[in-house]
Amino acid sequence: MIHSLFLVNASGDIFLEKHWKSVVSRSVCDYFFEAQERATEPENVPPVIPTPHHYLISVLRHRIYFVAVIQSEVPPLFVIEFLHRVVDTFQDYFGVCTEAAIKDNVVVVYELLEEMLDNGFPLATESNILKELIKPPTILRTMVNTITGSTNVGEQLPTGQLSVVPWRRTGVKYTNNEAYFDVVEEIDAIIDKSGSTITAEIQGVIDACVKLTGMPDLTLSFMNPRLLDDVSFHPCVRFKRWEAERILSFIPPDGNFRLLSYHVSSQNLVAIPVYVKHNITFREGSSQGRFDLTLGPKQTMGKAVESVLVSSQLPRGVLNTNLNPSQGTYTFDPVTKLLTWDVGKINPQKLPSLKGSMSLQAGASKPDENPTINIQFKIQQMAISGLKVNRLDMYGEKYKPFKGIKYMTKAGKFQVRT
Amino acid sequence: FSGNSCDATSAPQHYTSLITTLKTNSGIFSVLRNEDLKEMLESSKESLKLEAMKRIVGLIAKGKNASELFPAVVKNVASKNIELKKLVYVYLVRYAEEQQDLALLSISTFQRALKDPNQLIRASALRVLSSIRVPIIVPIMMLAIKEAATDLSPYVRKTSAHAIQKLYSLDPEQKEQLIEVIEKLLKDKSTLVAGSVVMAFEEVCPDRIDLIHKNYRKLCNLLVDVEEWGQVVIISMLTRYARTQFTSPWKENNEKAFYDSEEEKKDQVEAKPYVMDPDHRLLLRNTKPLLQSRNTAVVMSVAQLYWHLAPKHEVSVVTKSLVRLLRSHREVQYIVLQNIATMSIQRKGMFEPYMKSFYVRSTDATHIKTLKLEILTNLANEANISTILREFQTYVKSQDKAFAAATIQAIGRCATNISEVTDTCLNGLVLLLSNRDETVVAESVVVIKKLLQMQPTQHCEIIKHMAKLFDNITVSMARASILWLIGEYCERVPKIAPDVLRKMAKSFTAEEDIVKLQTVNLAAKLYLTNSKQTKLLTQYILNLGKYDQNYDIRDRTRFIRQLIVPNEKSGALSKYARRILLAPKPAPVLESAFKDRDRFQLGTLSHSLNIKATGYLELSDWPAVAPDQSVRNVEVIEPVKEWAPSVGKAKPPKQDDKFYSDSGEDDHEEEEGEEGSESSSSEDSSSSSSDSSSSEGLSFCVCIWVNIPTFGPVKSHELLHHMTGKGLSARYHFPRQPCLYQPNMVAVQVTLTNGSDHSLEEIHIGDRSPASLNLHCFNTIERLEPEASVTVSMGIDFSDSTQAANFQLCTKDDQFSVSIQPAVGELLMPSSMTEQDFCKEQGKLLGMNETSATITLAAENSSSQSLSKQVLSVANVGVVSSSENNIHRFAGRTVSSGALVLVTAESRESSTALLTINTDKSIMASMLLRDLKQALAQA
Repeated sequence: MIHSLFLVNASGDIFLEKHWKSVVSRSVCDYFFEAQERATEPENVPPVIPTPHHYLISVLRHRIYFVAVIQSEVPPLFVIEFLHRVVDTFQDYFGVCTEAAIKDNVVVVYELLEEMLDNGFPLATESNILKELIKPPTILRTMVNTITGSTNVGEQLPTGQLSVVPWRRTGVKYTNNEAYFDVVEEIDAIIDKSGSTITAEIQGVIDACVKLTGMPDLTLSFMNPRLLDDVSFHPCVRFKRWEAERILSFIPPDGNFRLLSYHVSSQNLVAIPVYVKHNITFREGSSQGRFDLTLGPKQTMGKAVESVLVSSQLPRGVLNTNLNPSQGTYTFDPVTKLLTWDVGKINPQKLPSLKGSMSLQAGASKPDENPTINIQFKIQQMAISGLKVNRLDMYGEKYKPFKGIKYMTKAGKFQVRT
Repeated sequence: FSGNSCDATSAPQHYTSLITTLKTNSGIFSVLRNEDLKEMLESSKESLKLEAMKRIVGLIAKGKNASELFPAVVKNVASKNIELKKLVYVYLVRYAEEQQDLALLSISTFQRALKDPNQLIRASALRVLSSIRVPIIVPIMMLAIKEAATDLSPYVRKTSAHAIQKLYSLDPEQKEQLIEVIEKLLKDKSTLVAGSVVMAFEEVCPDRIDLIHKNYRKLCNLLVDVEEWGQVVIISMLTRYARTQFTSPWKENNEKAFYDSEEEKKDQVEAKPYVMDPDHRLLLRNTKPLLQSRNTAVVMSVAQLYWHLAPKHEVSVVTKSLVRLLRSHREVQYIVLQNIATMSIQRKGMFEPYMKSFYVRSTDATHIKTLKLEILTNLANEANISTILREFQTYVKSQDKAFAAATIQAIGRCATNISEVTDTCLNGLVLLLSNRDETVVAESVVVIKKLLQMQPTQHCEIIKHMAKLFDNITVSMARASILWLIGEYCERVPKIAPDVLRKMAKSFTAEEDIVKLQTVNLAAKLYLTNSKQTKLLTQYILNLGKYDQNYDIRDRTRFIRQLIVPNEKSGALSKYARRILLAPKPAPVLESAFKDRDRFQLGTLSHSLNIKATGYLELSDWPAVAPDQSVRNVEVIEPVKEWAPSVGKAKPPKQDDKFYSDSGEDDHEEEEGEEGSESSSSEDSSSSSSDSSSSEGLSFCVCIWVNIPTFGPVKSHELLHHMTGKGLSARYHFPRQPCLYQPNMVAVQVTLTNGSDHSLEEIHIGDRSPASLNLHCFNTIERLEPEASVTVSMGIDFSDSTQAANFQLCTKDDQFSVSIQPAVGELLMPSSMTEQDFCKEQGKLLGMNETSATITLAAENSSSQSLSKQVLSVANVGVVSSSENNIHRFAGRTVSSGALVLVTAESRESSTALLTINTDKSIMASMLLRDLKQALAQA
């Protein structure tokens, strides 16, 4: 399946290569560089590129291209999904997935890649198993290793891979047993010029951080499970139980994992927690444009809208801006024409606004489209869909765990057309 | 710790300094590097070796050549330090191909490790051994693979499945042998192995579909529990399999026939309505839950399975999940959108409710935008076109001009597909002609040209408008399009056309090739329709074209001149010039770029690229007639099979052919046995061999058993009704075989059937009463699927009494009390003896030990054959050959205590018979007599 992997940085250098079958010369990446040159933006490089003898499938994460070399027919999503899993693993191990982090930990990276694929077919991709095989580097461990000469390769061979619950490592022990669940919902919406919603949907996830001793068996039930339109589960969730009783029953992996992600479709009515009043105009003939933006909260159920960030790609003709924010700070990059305004918290009594003028290129005609405005925000202690966890129970172990559930709503791809 | 510090001081001083040099100026040491590394590798200190190996791996990762160090590295292959060993493996696999001779030095280490008691070490040894691409060791690899394929640990078997592919790519000539291994591994019931072996199957022998038949149902049932990557591979293999084995569920005419005349209806009935093969249904049912997988590749592969295999009305279950995938990473979106684009051409209805999910955001990458546009266009119909067009209006204004151009094309397609909006679209496009952006204008011109070609009559106004715009347009494709339009409809714009030609004559030399060609075309057409005004202009242009740099243009000019300007050489063709140049031309069809992609299986690389990728396997068409269904049948083990092998071969009965549901049980055993794998297996074989040798009586019985005429179906009794058992029902019967577990037990076979709609787990035997009851339980059945049944055998020691054995049959959630009450005849086993022995034994058992009665035989039982048949059906005894015709003798022993039971039946005249039973178990005698009396008296 996957023949080789090349890691390419933003400036087009191959800084790591790994082969699982015979060696493929790195010149195969020339086809990739060609495609990269043709694409105007880094995101526009096509994920699948055919070359005379190979196929290149790439993903772009953290400004690094992960380019997999394929020799014959394979479902492209199989490769893409795997590459993303590799990135997730690196992030899990090193905290960040940057070129520097990978270069610093090249040996661990190599050991990981070696375990994750055998002859190009995925072998161990579960983070719990990998962590038993290869311990993630920490400052303390690196120090100890250099002094004592011991290694970060696990002494015991992992048994989890062979058990009935391959996602959980065995022999877990904690003094404080705790289980935290974060219900995070993101609103994807397109709002049109007049302020009416064109499309809006909610994507939610439940991320868990479970640190429990032994082999706990958890059940999680919701007050209103009918809300969940379409769900996908971590492999640990017992599907039959969900089908029959709408209860999540599972033996959790150790540590952080995504328990479930769900979708509340556009057919349901979605509450939009912010509104935008805007007036952006360019006058024909004059080299000035007006920019006027006001934000306000609505349908927030009394919760504060925080960490608001507005960004907008202004037309190419705009040379500079002279704006005045009522709160927060704004920046405008004259090269990329990207305007960002870090608003902070919205105070319903005094709505934040950004007003001023834009200077346009002299003589250029007026841009025919107004810029789209992207908004990010966070609302704590609320799931916008109204989803509520009813209770969490633990079976199989004797101790009493500490349980916590947190709700949050965020903006996903939230766009306002002007 | 102290030991280490001792080492550090005793180590030669310069190594320590060496490390510091290496660490401080890591960039400069390139010249000395290899020498230093070699020295470090040869040192006696583990940490130095490790440091060196880490640096070497760093070099490999950067793509630098480190092959020089091979001899120094390979020495460390047997190191005790796990990390060091692993890094050496990495190195070895990378360079073994280049240094074949030296690589051979390491082989013996792996061969040794293949025999290690730890399964993970065996597996990793096989992994590395098979990754070394050295042709000389092919036989060693073959041997190792074969051995590992029968390993007790499923993890090692999985590794051997991976090794099969490696060996095949190294030496394709081993194919036949490898197929044998694959065949064996396909039978494996471990979920760990399933994905890997199917992968090997796909790589080595994807055409050997016959290997799948027997494993089909097992694979379907295991699928949910297989790891996610294996699921993808198995699903795509099963898709191909299903297309060759089942008939098409897509009968288009079915509904139509319903409304048709009476006679046709009859025909339809005779043509046999479509009934889906239960195996086909099984596949669809078992893959559906996987739509909920977090792995996008799994979801996509289920979606394509439904698309290619499910009845049309069921396909839409995948829609929701595909739309959910659109939230994932950009690359995932790209592939999913491509597949949705292909699907939406054939099945608009599937995605129409989700139309808004395909609305474009300004932050999407260009190729994502284009794909969304494609899908929106495919989804357009009379009802939603106005919404879509309104959305398109926003897109046309986009700053991403390539995307705006694509939108204009999409509008063109909507206009041709939906006649109601053609005019609206055309007007909208004409407005765009005054757009400031050139690409937008150019694209509009091209699209308008295509639209006008479909209905030119009403639109001379637009043509005039475009002619006016002509001067401002610089994009060559657009200019060429306008010229073509004017030429084609020159009779509708008689005043404008010659004027345009005049302008073109002026600028001809400065134009692009494509524009020049169209100018020549326009000139020719005008010459034919309006030669008075344009004759000179045409000749001028033709002269310019004659000396053009481009040979295409020169050729075209020469051709046109011969065609339209009559001279002595031109011959007959020029007569037809008008018909050639001004023939009515069919309007172009604007269709989706994804139109022809459905020739590829969805979700494949070939589909994504729209070219056939290497190794792409065609999806075959449905067969007209389904191939034999019974090839997939896997028989439930026959009672005889259970013990026959223990006599013949010295091997425990292999459960390979057993029904799939006991897979869990099987794995379980193996996992338990993993540590002492060798010892446990030898134990097994020894115990079974001792079984066969020690129990001569047993094999003795076999002979008798064979002698006895087999009688009708064995009577089976109800153990648990499915109403009381919450879906679980059980029946039992006495197979009348010696019990395998203990000689004083009666063998009982229990058939468990799951009549509920969910699978039952952990079926086992719980408490029993009386507590002293000696019972050999069957192994716990981990899982019993709905509709499935399984037969298990158990042994019960009834102690020669007919007292019922009570015990509890438990599932994971419930317990049911059941009891087995044996008939007295079942407590016996046949004994063989001669007539003399019989009489001798009978002589010893007289008086109190003799019970007899005269009975009246039913008419059917008066013949001697049927009489003995009746006796044998009641009691498990053996026939003793008799010299007298009217006397029948039967001999048996009680199972627990082995007491003799002798039965004599002497038939007399007027259909009566004297039954005599001699045994020291007098209670049994009277009970047996009663049973026999009843059986013989009734018809």
